[in-house]
Amino acid sequence: MYSFEPTEEQQMLVEAVGKYASNDLRTAAREAEEGGELPKKLVGKGWEIGLLQASIPEAYGGFGERSAVTGVLAVEEMAFGDLAGTLAVMTPSLFATPILLAGSEEQKQAYLPKVIEGEWSPYTAALIEYAFDYDPLSLKTTASLYGEEYLLNGEKAFVPFAKDAAAILVYASVDGQTQGFIVEKGAAGLTISDEREKLMSLNALPLYRVHLDNVKVPAANRLGGASGHDFEQILAALRLATAATAVGVANAAFEYSMNYAKEREAFGVKIAQKQAIAFMLAEMRTEIEASRLLAWEAAWKLDTGKEDAFIEAYLASVGAADMAMTVTDRAVQILGGHGYIREHPVEMWMRNGRGFATFTGLAIV
Amino acid sequence: MPIEFEAPKPIVQTQFVLKTVAEEMMRTHSRYFDEHEHESPWDYIEFMHTAMKATGVGSLAPKEQGNGHEGDEKKEKRPPIAYQALAAQIEMLAWGDVGMYLVTPGGGLGAAAVQAAGTPEQKAKFLARFGDDKPTLAAMCMTEAGAGSDTASIRTRAVLDEKNKEWILNGEKIFVTAGDKALTEYEKLGRGFIVVWASIDPSAGRAGMRAFVVEAGTPGVKVAKLEHKMGIRVSDTAAISLVDVRVPYDHVLGSSTVEEKSTSGFKGAMATFDATRPLVAASGLGVARAALEFLKEKLTENGVQVRYGLPRQKLTSIEKDVIDMEIMLKSAWLMVIKAVWMADNKKPNALESSMSKVKAGDVGTKITQKVVEILGPLGYSREFLAEKWFRDAKITDIYEGTGQINRLVVARQILGYSGKELR
Repeated sequence: MYSFEPTEEQQMLVEAVGKYASNDLRTAAREAEEGGELPKKLVGKGWEIGLLQASIPEAYGGFGERSAVTGVLAVEEMAFGDLAGTLAVMTPSLFATPILLAGSEEQKQAYLPKVIEGEWSPYTAALIEYAFDYDPLSLKTTASLYGEEYLLNGEKAFVPFAKDAAAILVYASVDGQTQGFIVEKGAAGLTISDEREKLMSLNALPLYRVHLDNVKVPAANRLGGASGHDFEQILAALRLATAATAVGVANAAFEYSMNYAKEREAFGVKIAQKQAIAFMLAEMRTEIEASRLLAWEAAWKLDTGKEDAFIEAYLASVGAADMAMTVTDRAVQILGGHGYIREHPVEMWMRNGRGFATFTGLAIV
Repeated sequence: MPIEFEAPKPIVQTQFVLKTVAEEMMRTHSRYFDEHEHESPWDYIEFMHTAMKATGVGSLAPKEQGNGHEGDEKKEKRPPIAYQALAAQIEMLAWGDVGMYLVTPGGGLGAAAVQAAGTPEQKAKFLARFGDDKPTLAAMCMTEAGAGSDTASIRTRAVLDEKNKEWILNGEKIFVTAGDKALTEYEKLGRGFIVVWASIDPSAGRAGMRAFVVEAGTPGVKVAKLEHKMGIRVSDTAAISLVDVRVPYDHVLGSSTVEEKSTSGFKGAMATFDATRPLVAASGLGVARAALEFLKEKLTENGVQVRYGLPRQKLTSIEKDVIDMEIMLKSAWLMVIKAVWMADNKKPNALESSMSKVKAGDVGTKITQKVVEILGPLGYSREFLAEKWFRDAKITDIYEGTGQINRLVVARQILGYSGKELR
């Protein structure tokens, strides 16, 4: 059957996330962006909603079951508040969710309870590389097996909270296959840049460059154990998070510019009463819906193990990235000069908007 | 029920059957009927009628209508999927040939109007015929030379003859899809009807609008002209004149309170559109899918692969185009499914319905245009059907409200504006 109705449980979760997004993330977003810092209390409050905790079974200290559909719903709603804040709250998922999906039993038992018990703590993952032709399926960072250990070499970029992370899930190429490796804090040869990454947006999120120079990782710390794991499922979950956050940010920009257009007068009418503006809004709303539904379907396919889930997650992320760029651009356009001024959030969302083509690796559902 | 995208089994089964029909009876004749405008595909019409009766599909008009199955308690409990099934059927038939789909016997837009705006008695009375022995068509007459989407400017008049309890209709309608087949060709077709939108009080604007069922053969109603079109040529597009056409009092759709000045008539028309826009969107997406699949076949034949999963900056131009088209097509289809799912579940869907049409209008034209472009001479040549699909798809962004009118509807919905506030 087709159905477009979230379960009651999902609705309650989305509602809780929505409150946090509007009351907390949104109100703190501008100051965080300008000051380059997210208040710890703010991130902690988002963590307490328990998105990650609810996706992990009791056996590993959680209280639920993972669902990509639920993840997509929740992440979209949170990103509606603020992207940087969302990525910060969700950073531990970057480490825990792949372990849940593809980790060995030992890895699950060793790490999952540690990540989710108590307060938010920075466990993270390193996927993105600093190259124009960066491709998660053909990484330049390598992992080579020597006896019982892998040697990791390369450079990773945009790694959230790397500086303080207790452990980093580093993705590297093993004979051309992307594989995850759990690298503990302080490993020899692991260097984290002193300076944070300076990007067009996400100033509030501490992102670092991570260098790996013959970092020794026990074979048992290869994600999934000695024989490794399937990366497709993880990549699909990463891409779905890209799609969902893109939809959330686009929706924020749409709603804000629509409300502005209903207030702003020109030539004796509200500008929303002009077809030139009204049609832009109609198209924004339509394209948001299109991307949202594709993300939902891809998530559902992933949850139900459909063969084309991976391609569809790819399509969903590519489509949503384009959509978010267009929609956030239109939002700035609707506000005109005011949209360009940093008093309004739309310029920030437009800077976010261009990022979704690059962000896969910064969030997971 | 949680969020789910599994097509219901009956829908999948019907799609499977219709795919064969599309391949064997539609594609094979697409070119012929494109080049012999206004000839009727009788084989297809008769086959579809027989097949639909035999398989219990019955009619392309929504299922709940008067086939005597109403009130069946067991059936009521299953989630309703009539509109979803219809959208899926239409998409598949349009994938075969959208022009031929438009002459599929069954209710079409005329029945959709009865379904959306009629009373239970009217539904029973007017819709039962689609289960008869002969194939029958019905059509919707809205547009006039001076009134397209601006339906409130309709000039066709309906005057009540109090003494005989009859309505007298006068006016000229244009762009009536399947109007000719609904009204003529009795030797092969059953008696169809047209639904005529007319004003009972021109000074009342929209409040004066009503819809009237006019049976084929009613004196005074006549097909005045058949249009020659860019595409969907096998589907007749008729101009219909109404001169002192008398119809019984109870042929006015909906309320018994017709004399009251209210916008319920106009709302009836709009409710019809809420129901039919996603279906028209589905037809456009069928054409788009045909074109995209054809392109992919040709690319494969020529050793061109599409590498899914690569970052944008590594894709070739053709790969990027194909991927973009797939994104458009898939998401547009989901918008259609959501809109009809809402209709099935009796959720107000004016916004979703119009959004699906906006999107499908864009997607249908963009994909077919891009496919012809990428295929170059193969696309432009009449040897293949790509150029025909390009011509056929364009209508999706025009009929059942142009893309612009649907943007206006979407904008009013999201802004909460009336027609006065956003003109």
